[in-house]
Amino acid sequence: MGDRQSWPLASRRIPAYAHGMEAIQVETLTKRYASTLAVDNISFTAPRGATLGLLGGNGAGKTTTIAMLLGILIPTSGTIHILGHDMARDRFAALARMNFSSPYIALPARLSVAENLRIYGHLYDVPHLEQRIGELAAELDLHEFLHRPAGELSAGQKTRVALAKALINRPDVLLLDEPTASLDPDTGDWVRTWLERYRAQSGCTILLASHNMAEVERLCSHVLMLKRGRIVDRGSPQELLARYGREDLEEVFLDIARDRGRAPEETVL
Amino acid sequence: MRASLRRIWGMMYRHLALYRRSWPRLLELAYWPVLQMCIWGFTASYMAQRMGSTMALAGGALLGGVLLWEVALRSQMGVAISFLEEIWSRNLGHVFVSPLRPWELVAALIGMSVIRMATGVLPAILLAWGLYAYNLFALGPILVLFFANLMIMGWAVALAVVSLILRHGAGAEALAWSVLFGLTPFSAVFYPVAVLPVYLQPIALALPSAHVFEGMRAALLQGEVRWDQMAWAIGLNVVWTIGAGAVFASQFRAARVRGALLTIGE
Repeated sequence: MGDRQSWPLASRRIPAYAHGMEAIQVETLTKRYASTLAVDNISFTAPRGATLGLLGGNGAGKTTTIAMLLGILIPTSGTIHILGHDMARDRFAALARMNFSSPYIALPARLSVAENLRIYGHLYDVPHLEQRIGELAAELDLHEFLHRPAGELSAGQKTRVALAKALINRPDVLLLDEPTASLDPDTGDWVRTWLERYRAQSGCTILLASHNMAEVERLCSHVLMLKRGRIVDRGSPQELLARYGREDLEEVFLDIARDRGRAPEETVL
Repeated sequence: MRASLRRIWGMMYRHLALYRRSWPRLLELAYWPVLQMCIWGFTASYMAQRMGSTMALAGGALLGGVLLWEVALRSQMGVAISFLEEIWSRNLGHVFVSPLRPWELVAALIGMSVIRMATGVLPAILLAWGLYAYNLFALGPILVLFFANLMIMGWAVALAVVSLILRHGAGAEALAWSVLFGLTPFSAVFYPVAVLPVYLQPIALALPSAHVFEGMRAALLQGEVRWDQMAWAIGLNVVWTIGAGAVFASQFRAARVRGALLTIGE
């Protein structure tokens, strides 16, 4: 991975918002499935340009929260505004300016990388699509497998393609579900470095769900700690470390998971 | 509108690119219609040789029925299987978090259905002309209405199938192949509605296809255009399409409530 040192990213842009400064605004969000309360009355905001981490164990409600933010899952109650758009009423306007990547959702395996990017370029109405695909191929080093079927790529190559798909429309809000899952440390580090630079240069707001505490500590300016569908603590990684008297977020995570932590303070992002 | 058309094209491009890379999928499109035409074409030829001109007329109705029923079958499968391709490739999660509207997805599926139907049925029509000197286009301009009604009925049934897949997951995918075959006995493809028992005739008359095939036999055997049958077929198709569209919309919303669009599978 060491030869990928050039970062010809898009020039810095300040996303336009309908109103307010928050890219993501969630109020009293709840999702109930029959007898299961998957997300329980959570509220948070993400300022523009921030990288917000969702941390929690399996079943904590991270994926459910992301699905509701994407409009693919209808909340039981509560409201979501993204880039000023109410997701209950006007989700398509927001979706055009968002994107999403998850290792658990595939791209059509028999189609080439270029064909996959072309499909999503059309779906997001990307202008000058072939030029954009060329830019992404250069930025994410896709050239060597641009015309190979997506299903024949290695995990690291698939991650880069998934990132290219997620960036095809130059999103103002990017939702990433475990972006470095199943990657070797070298590739994982490359992805994290790339995301840091992309956010800094594009002004994009990133919401990141991860089990990798070092990743969250490195990338996120704000962290929400989820447990059984509720936000049990929140703050910057440094604030959380100080509050729990720990040296890394993994220890904070374990304190919270095993109910041996301190009572949370209210910290508004 | 331009952005909508582009998204529709994006979804169609996804399927066209797949066919370009998969000759078995292309072969499958024409395989059954051509096979059906061979079986029923030779059967009709044999019967016409043995039993004379009356049987030749009946054979013509049989071939017309085979070809036109394939139009409905391929139209229905074209929508349902194109939707299933998204499930098989685990791609629905990406598609439904894009700005693609549900109606745009349906429009793309219908577009692919037209292409799939033409790819499957045209070789069979050419085969009927080449092997049995049977020219379906001799039915005249009314053939356009026959085609349109059967295609629309196929799409309506497919929307209902897609709704069931949204409700029950890929476990309902067998319906994509079988559901319209189940309507064949009531569609009066090869015999008039009057042949059915009286208590089954209302079922047949509720199907747009039964009116199309009554119209086809009138055109082939009596040389007349039955506008009353066409009016029934069009009216029923309007009702079926509205009904299927409402079911699809409600099941799509229900899938968003359950989170099925991310997890849909077995």
